[in-house]
Amino acid sequence: MHNMSVAISFQDIVKKYGDTTVIPELNLDIQKGEFFTLLGPSGCGKTTLLRMVAGFNSIEGGALAFNDKVMNDVPPGKRNIGMVFQNYAIFPHLSVSENVAFGLQNRKVAKAEQQRRVSEMLYTVQIDQYKNRMPKNLSGGQQQRVALARAIVINPDVLLMDEPLSNLDAKLRVDMRNAIKSIQREVGITTVYVTHDQEEAMAVSDRIAVMNSGVIQQIGTPREIYQRPSNLFVATFIGRTNVIDAKLETGEGGSAAVRVGRDYSLSMPELGELAKSGQSLDVRLSVRPEEFVLSEDGQGLAGKVVNNVFLGLNTHLIVLLDNGQEVEVIQQSASTETAEIGQTVRLAILPETINVYDASGERNLNRGTGR
Amino acid sequence: MNRMKRWDIWSLITFVIFAGYLIFLALPLFMLLIKSFFDGTTGEFSLAYFTKFFSKAYYMNAVWNSIKVTVCVTLLSVIVAGPLAYIMTIAKIKGSGTIRILILISSMSAPFIGAYAWILLLGRNGVITNFFHDVFGFRMPDVYGFSGILLVLTLQLSPLIFMYVSGALKNVDNSLMEAAESMNCTGLKKMWKILVPLITPTLLAGGLLVFMRAFADFGTPMLIGEGFRTVPVLIFNEFISEVGGDDGFAAAISVIVVVFATAVFLLQKFVANRKSYSMSALNPIEPKKLKGVANAAAHIYVYLFTILAMMPQTYVAYTSFQKTSGKIFVDGYSLDSYKAAFSKVGDSIYNTFIIAGITIVIITLAAMLIAYVTVKRKGAVANLLDTFSMLPYIVPGSILGIALLVTFNKPPLVLSGTMIILIAAFTIRRLPYTIRSSAAVLHQVNDSIEEAAISLGSSTMRTFFKITVPMMISGVFAGAIISWISIITELSTSIILYTGNTRTMTVAVYTEVVRGNYGVAAALSTMLTVITVISLLLFFKLSGKKEVTM
Repeated sequence: MHNMSVAISFQDIVKKYGDTTVIPELNLDIQKGEFFTLLGPSGCGKTTLLRMVAGFNSIEGGALAFNDKVMNDVPPGKRNIGMVFQNYAIFPHLSVSENVAFGLQNRKVAKAEQQRRVSEMLYTVQIDQYKNRMPKNLSGGQQQRVALARAIVINPDVLLMDEPLSNLDAKLRVDMRNAIKSIQREVGITTVYVTHDQEEAMAVSDRIAVMNSGVIQQIGTPREIYQRPSNLFVATFIGRTNVIDAKLETGEGGSAAVRVGRDYSLSMPELGELAKSGQSLDVRLSVRPEEFVLSEDGQGLAGKVVNNVFLGLNTHLIVLLDNGQEVEVIQQSASTETAEIGQTVRLAILPETINVYDASGERNLNRGTGR
Repeated sequence: MNRMKRWDIWSLITFVIFAGYLIFLALPLFMLLIKSFFDGTTGEFSLAYFTKFFSKAYYMNAVWNSIKVTVCVTLLSVIVAGPLAYIMTIAKIKGSGTIRILILISSMSAPFIGAYAWILLLGRNGVITNFFHDVFGFRMPDVYGFSGILLVLTLQLSPLIFMYVSGALKNVDNSLMEAAESMNCTGLKKMWKILVPLITPTLLAGGLLVFMRAFADFGTPMLIGEGFRTVPVLIFNEFISEVGGDDGFAAAISVIVVVFATAVFLLQKFVANRKSYSMSALNPIEPKKLKGVANAAAHIYVYLFTILAMMPQTYVAYTSFQKTSGKIFVDGYSLDSYKAAFSKVGDSIYNTFIIAGITIVIITLAAMLIAYVTVKRKGAVANLLDTFSMLPYIVPGSILGIALLVTFNKPPLVLSGTMIILIAAFTIRRLPYTIRSSAAVLHQVNDSIEEAAISLGSSTMRTFFKITVPMMISGVFAGAIISWISIITELSTSIILYTGNTRTMTVAVYTEVVRGNYGVAAALSTMLTVITVISLLLFFKLSGKKEVTM
């Protein structure tokens, strides 16, 4: 298919409601043809930002540009966007094909051309057999496909999707996100997708911006965001993790170790440059459940198993550490024997993949150290 | 609920209510039918009344007039109130809460009071007419006849469209509007292609209500029509007139009217059913502050309508405090009109409260039971009951009055001239409001709540009164208040059924207006308005809503 999509740039974008600033000076570049997701908890400003791209929300400062054209004051209908709404916004008085043809009619596309493009699009999203149905006779997933078809058929420069899957049940959500991803790839259109579901974001996105309180916390590929969260907010929002207080201690010759609890420390020489030698620095560790292993050599954090949930592929353990903190541990079911409830264990941490943050949790100390 | 056919206390209740409808609605309508087909003097079967009606231009003219008034009023109401509701939905209007209440109040008064107020304002000797004549030397166009009826009824009935459309717009999801905008469908095009189709079912429902009310209204053409004869006027004259009145002929016209109204009703149902969408808005349309000319225009339109709609009641209230000398208003203010109202027609105030009071008690009880039977005990009998209870929508008040009178003015049951016949008529006519409002609440009550009570050993009736009634009571009272207001402002049935002892306030206002006692009429009307406003405030408090479903 055609590819007329654009790059989107946000320069010092500000959104205010009255005197309240909800987005302060945001900068972001979305590349041409990219599937870009705005991810964050509700109220983080992701939908506000999307609606600024669509033109439904005013922009109080900065510049929003498609390629190099500033769009701040262009009305929604002139931006050449396709938008999929959270509740689909299918026109209930129009049939499936009339809904899909709606945007083409407004563009004065010739009748025959309209018909051709509508049936082609209905075929792409696999609802051609329902083309004469009224929306009330469609399931949620089918309505979703109509909404998608209606948004894409006009050959928009940008496809905008606002939590499009949140009204579907879990299984359909997985099917639809795969469908959306493959259709997007096929059409090659720049897509901005909003969701609060991190798994969904990881599944569909080329890149993700994690937002909180109107501020972008991190931009990266799903892998980067999961493996190297830039701060504790991202670390805890994406996937599950255990946050553990620790001390970074540096010795002579740049050696460095992270001490967790009384008798366990991890050698992390790459952090040596962060503190003067002989100093000790408060840090916080983000240890994902799979980054704990049951230690066999007596090294590690001492604790007692308080719960044990067998989930087939793996087993989730809740371990009460000696310092009173409960941590979550994932043990591959295949490996060794399962730890039983009440059993005392030692948890070793895999130092290669964990993340170390400063005491405020704002800065990832692993980043910028070349790892 | 168990759908098995069981005989229990509910069967008995259903039977009693059913019998009530048969005696006070079905039988009278049947008697009307009989009367229209049998010659009044010879008692033989005859189509003479119908041939007389259809063959004389005099009668056909009235039919044509009625249709003209009704269609024009309905269209005008939609044209005036549709945009009004749209503006109030999308634009922030200063004082919109108050405006909604004022519009509601204006719709709740008796239409003929509007007619008489506009005569005082724009009539031959009207205040505004005289003002224009004295100041500009300019004669206003005549307000009597067709144009006057149109003015009064449009102002009186367009609030109904306003309320219906406002309700529908509240259910339109804003994303639908945004979806259209994102595809470059904006402004009027968006309204025409998206909004209008979505609210068409509502427009049809509201339009039907306006149509039926305009069609059945008797007081307005009587007062301001001046020879512009509509069908209700015709029926009234034929039935009441001391010289040459003919019950049989009035009955025949009534039958024709009911058939016509039924046809319109069914046509509306047919069209509306094919176009209905169930909508519920996740993100309702939020009113936005408009800018510049659009903002000014929106405010002017809304305020102008509200002022015009409130004008009759306000002006009538004003005149009620004017000094009078005999029948004429003179300079200065006094409470003379009120004193006169109490001394001359004080009995009408008493009657109104007694009759409306007893009626509302019956309505409340009956509506609870009917709502319960139709919602929770579905079946053939329940469906029939549902149909019966909605019949008053298509039987104009004056016709129900005539039907009751021809049925109960001779043994075995003589009720004419008593309060009972008025109470029966009001109950039948105003039950639907309370039934609907009670049923709406009852639909929300889960069956399992009652089943829980019954499983704990509570009897059927105990369960109803201890469990179900408390849950539906807010809806019942809200509906009862609307029924109450519509009873105290009712004219077309009471004017047929009243006698010297059972005169109500609206009848008194009407007769005083006809006699030219404007001061007394104004005082009574103002009292009615005050009662209406107090009742509405009570309604808002009880229902926690700021709107009324009619």
